[in-house]
Amino acid sequence: MELLGSKPTRFGFGDGLVDLGERHSNVIVLGGDITGSVMTSLFKEKFPDRFFSIGIAEQNATTIAAGLALSGKIPFFASYGAFCALRNADQLRISVAYNEANVKIGGGHAGISVGPDGATHQVLEEVAFLRTLPHMTMIVPADYEEARKATVAMGEMVGPAYIRFGRSPVPLFTTPDTPFQLGKANLVMEGTDVALIANGALVWESILAAKELAKKGISARVINVHTVKPFDVETVTTAARECGCIVTAEEHQVHAGLGGAVAEVTAKNAPVPIEFVGVKDSFGGSGEPEELMVKFGLTWKEIYASALVAMERRDKGSSGFRAVKDVPVYSA
Amino acid sequence: MTDDMKRSLEFNETTFTNERRAPEGFAPIANEIRRDIVRMLVRAGSGHSGGPLGSADIFTMLYFGGNMRYNPADMQAPRDRFVLSAGHMAPVMYAALANAGCYPKKEQETLRKYNTRLQGHPGRDMHLPGIETSSGSLGQGISIAVGMAMSDKLVDKNDHRVFSLTGDGELQEGSVWEAAMSASHFKLDNFCWLIDNNDCQIDGRVPDVMDVYPIDKKCESFGFDTIVVNGHDYADLQRGFDRFLENQRSGSGKPTAIICQTFMGHGVSFMNDKFEWHGKPPSKDQATAALEELAQHP
Ligand SMILES: [Mg+2]
Repeated sequence: MELLGSKPTRFGFGDGLVDLGERHSNVIVLGGDITGSVMTSLFKEKFPDRFFSIGIAEQNATTIAAGLALSGKIPFFASYGAFCALRNADQLRISVAYNEANVKIGGGHAGISVGPDGATHQVLEEVAFLRTLPHMTMIVPADYEEARKATVAMGEMVGPAYIRFGRSPVPLFTTPDTPFQLGKANLVMEGTDVALIANGALVWESILAAKELAKKGISARVINVHTVKPFDVETVTTAARECGCIVTAEEHQVHAGLGGAVAEVTAKNAPVPIEFVGVKDSFGGSGEPEELMVKFGLTWKEIYASALVAMERRDKGSSGFRAVKDVPVYSA
Repeated sequence: MTDDMKRSLEFNETTFTNERRAPEGFAPIANEIRRDIVRMLVRAGSGHSGGPLGSADIFTMLYFGGNMRYNPADMQAPRDRFVLSAGHMAPVMYAALANAGCYPKKEQETLRKYNTRLQGHPGRDMHLPGIETSSGSLGQGISIAVGMAMSDKLVDKNDHRVFSLTGDGELQEGSVWEAAMSASHFKLDNFCWLIDNNDCQIDGRVPDVMDVYPIDKKCESFGFDTIVVNGHDYADLQRGFDRFLENQRSGSGKPTAIICQTFMGHGVSFMNDKFEWHGKPPSKDQATAALEELAQHP
C-alpha cells in the first residue's frame, strides 16, 4: 500500500457531485453559504439551474431537501458537519430518516483536522448520532478517491445518506480501480496478529502503524470501514476471530462512533480485547492540523502502541478493565 | 344523512366531492368532519380535540372546495399537495381524507391504535393515502412544503399547488421563518401558507406563552401576500383561497399567507375557545353530548 499523493476528501465530494450531475438530471444541490469550502461550487458552476442557495439556515435546507426528495428529486445539501449533522438533528431524524426521504447530506470540515477554526467547527460527534438513525447510511471515506466514489454511490442508492469529509489534504492511497461498495469494508492489508479497524484519515495512519509493527514481526490486518452504517458485521467479526484483538482508530470521539460499532458487534459475536484510538471525551482547539493530530493522539504512533496493549491483553487471557483515558501515548 | 346517523358514535361511509360550492354547501361536510373527529378521539382515548375541531372549516374548503386538485382514488398521481405542519392536528386531516374517499371511513376507528395507518402524528411509513410526509415536530412541515413547491415550480415547471397549515403557537419555532423567507426568495406563488390562528396552545393563550403577534405584519414583511379571514366563514375563507389562486394564475411571484382566525374546539360549545381542549379527547358522555349538538347542524 503506497502513498500516491495528498488531496482533501472534500475535493472528492465536489468532483463526485459533478459526476452525478452529469449522469442524473434529477440531482439537485442546496447551498448553505459556504459552497466554496465544501466544494458544491463546482456543481453550481456546471449546473446553475439545479443549484439553489438556501443561505445560512441548515434546518430549513434539510427540510427543503426532504420536500424535494418527496417530489422525486435527489437533493444534496452540504455544509460543515458541525451544522448539517447536529444543528439540524431533529430535521434529519423526522423529515429525512423517518420519512425515508432520499436526501443526501455532505458534512465537511469534519474532525479536528479543520485546524485553526477551533472547537466550534471541529465536529467529533456526528458519526455517533447518525449511526443511530434508522434508514440512514453513514460514510466516512479515507481519501480523495474514495470520497469521490462514495459520493457517486450515495447518490445512486435510494434512501437517506450522509458523507463525512475533511478540509485539509490527506494521504491519497486508493486508485480509481480500488473496489468500493457501500456497506462492505475494505481489507487494506492482510494480517493475523491484530486487527486495525479505521476509517477516514486514520486508515492511512493504521497502514503506517502496520508497517512499523511488521518491523517487529507483528502481522497487523488493516480494515477500512468506510461505511459505518450499514455496518459490515461479517468482516469485523472475522477479523476478531482470526486476530483475537482489535484497535479501532477514528478522528471522532472514542465513544459511540466506529469504535462503539466495533465493540457492539464483537461483544455479541466474538468478544476480544479492543483498544480505542480517537478523541477522548474532549473538544478540539485551534492549531495546525498536524499539531492537533499529535495533541489528540490520532497518529500511527498511538495505533502502534495500542496494538501492543491489545495483544498483551489477549495473550494474558484477560480483558482487564482499562478506562479509555488510559490509552498509552507512544514514546519511542 | 339522517339525524340518527349524525348522532351515532359509529362511522358511516358517506363521502363528498371536491368542487367549487356556494358557501352554504360546506356546512354539511364540515360538520361530518367534526363528528368524525369526535368519533375518532373518543375511541382513541387520547389525542387532540381542540385544534382539529377548530380548523374543520379550513380543511373543508381545502379538500372539498376545488381549491386543491387531487384524485381520491389515486393519491400518488400528479396532484396538488397538502402538508400538515402542525402534526398534532392529524385527526382533522384523517377525517378530511376519509370523507373525500381516500380510504374507508370506518378505518378512522383505528386512530392511535396498534399498527394503525392513522398514527398519533402522521407517519409516512404507514402509507395512508394522502399523507405526504411525517410531521409532528413543529416547524418542519412548512419547510418540506417549500421544498415541494420549489420542485413543482422551479424544477419541473408545472402548475401544481402546495399548501401547508401551521398552528399559531408553531410560529414560535424559528425554522418556520426560515421557510417563510425562502418561499418569498424563490417567488413561490404556487405556495399557500394556512395559519390556524386560534390564539391557543397547550400552556395557554399564545401571547401569554410567547407573543407571536402581529402575525399579518410578520408575514407581509417576509414577502407574503397576506390576507386575514374568519376561519369559520366559508365565503371569507374562499376569498383567501381566491387570492392565492389569483397570485398563482397571474404569476405574481408572491407566496400567499391566509391567516384563518378560528376558535379552538369550534362547533362543540363546551370546548369552544378553551385551550384546555388542546391536547385531550372527550369522554364517552362528552362525545355523546358533542354529537348531539353537532346533529342540530346541517
Ligand atoms: Mg393554536
